[in-house]
Amino acid sequence: MGDIYVVAEHRKGEIRDITFEMLFKARELCQTFSGRLTVLLLAGKASGFADELAKRADRVLVFEDDRLETFNSDLYKETVSRVIQEEQPFLTLMGHTSWGMDLAPALSITTGLPLATDCVDIRESGGRPVVIRQIYSGKVFSRVSFKESPGYLITVRSGAFLPPEDAETTPGEIERRDVPADLPEARRTFVQFVETGAGEIDITQADFLVSIGRGVGEEENIAVIRELADKMGATLSCSRPVVDRNWLPKFHQVGTSGKSVRPKIYLALGISGAFQHVAGITGAGTVIAVNKDRKAPIFRVADYGVADDLFKVAEALKQQLP
Amino acid sequence: MNIIVCIKRVPMTQEVDLEIDDVGKGVKKEALAYVINDWDNYCIEEAVRLQEAFGGSVTAITIGNEDDEEVLRRALAMGADKAVRVDPGVRELDGFVISRILAKVIGGMDYDLILTGVQADDDNSGVVGIMLAESLGLSHAAVVTGIEPKDATAKVRVELEGGMDEVSQINLPSLLTIQTGINEPRYVSIMGIRKAGKKELTVVPLEDLGLSDEDLTLRTLIEEVYLPPETAGAEMIEGDPASVAAQLVKILKEKGVNL
Repeated sequence: MGDIYVVAEHRKGEIRDITFEMLFKARELCQTFSGRLTVLLLAGKASGFADELAKRADRVLVFEDDRLETFNSDLYKETVSRVIQEEQPFLTLMGHTSWGMDLAPALSITTGLPLATDCVDIRESGGRPVVIRQIYSGKVFSRVSFKESPGYLITVRSGAFLPPEDAETTPGEIERRDVPADLPEARRTFVQFVETGAGEIDITQADFLVSIGRGVGEEENIAVIRELADKMGATLSCSRPVVDRNWLPKFHQVGTSGKSVRPKIYLALGISGAFQHVAGITGAGTVIAVNKDRKAPIFRVADYGVADDLFKVAEALKQQLP
Repeated sequence: MNIIVCIKRVPMTQEVDLEIDDVGKGVKKEALAYVINDWDNYCIEEAVRLQEAFGGSVTAITIGNEDDEEVLRRALAMGADKAVRVDPGVRELDGFVISRILAKVIGGMDYDLILTGVQADDDNSGVVGIMLAESLGLSHAAVVTGIEPKDATAKVRVELEGGMDEVSQINLPSLLTIQTGINEPRYVSIMGIRKAGKKELTVVPLEDLGLSDEDLTLRTLIEEVYLPPETAGAEMIEGDPASVAAQLVKILKEKGVNL
């Protein structure tokens, strides 16, 4: 029925994992929809990327230009938009990442194609795609279809499709194109990347993390948990809401915009388990979660769960320690 | 600097057992409390701070029924100058239609900056802001955690994945989608909300906007919503805190923690 296109994402000379995850799913979708797989690569220097991507697609469509070295909402949108209009892919996949969240909705307007975002699964129904999304912070799943259209746009959640190690297929062709000659002047220009996670402790090196979330309630309450962590020889970390409220510095944050951690034990106190957080603990050994809300998504990924007030449990824990 | 903020009222679903409604396309909302979308709260604060620093006006817009005016009054109490509510009646909306409605309302206004939240806490779609930007032909940046305006440009900080930010220079007028944590939203008192009742709040019926059928046609359709299957998950430890703690200590010791 139709071809599948994937917009590659790369940063600082490396292809982002989301690209391989999309290609893995796209390969399966090519069978479902009887199409070919094309990767769109927009880059400053494309050669290394193109060879790597060609191992996993039928075709790599390369736009190489200094102006495309880092993501640029104006130039990426214009370039990808023209490819979609000219070649009319059936499905175009992008990452549900900061850059994808900037690109995909703009493309939906310029191309007139419907868009579903942050999808955790993509299926077929009556010749059209149907997607599975999570709503209400992951507490509810939603099956979403599209208005009939010549093509469809989908952004894919990081970690939703994990390719096996040997996901390479027969090498595809690499096709170079010139960027449109009349590419508009960009209204946004890249200045620099800034690392945000550095600080006095490195949570990625800890074997035992005691991690707090929104459920800690107030800044004053953190002292109690810090004391418990100290007593157990654990390092204190947290989820996003705690950093958003300035209760702990950013270097404590676990999750997609913070750090990915691999402790042997991860004790999550008052963390609901938004996917951005859970994505940061996939490498953890044993996950123990304490949360008042028995339906909190964190319990779907934890090994052990306690549905109770975190302070009661923390206090009781403290009493049991020598 | 004239700023428009687009905000939304959403049900509060943390620590609530959600149930699927009878039609199977939404959750039962009767018993839920409503709040301002978390991202939008940061948006209003950011707009008001920029106005305090650079002058100009802040206009807050929402699409919804009379109850949704609560978030507009909150915005006015935080420092917005005026508010607009578009009443869609009983019409079904998706992110695309919402962006078209907003584009029509905002089209004739005078602004340097439009701020929306990165996403809303209910459908987690995150499309309205950028679709609106594109509909209005504006420069845009998504997931913004810092704004420093200077003349006809602004330096913006965009949060990427993996503990990395991107700094960009962007031409104004522009639309930015705001990430939580960009500031510390001010406290809003009941008294403040009451006082803000004197500020201008305009209601615009959707029919008055003259949107085309295409603008009002949903591009995505919810077929079904369902609760996650209760298959794999944590082994739950039940009991009073003391016995729970005793079991946790046992597990920690088994896993090699030296307590």
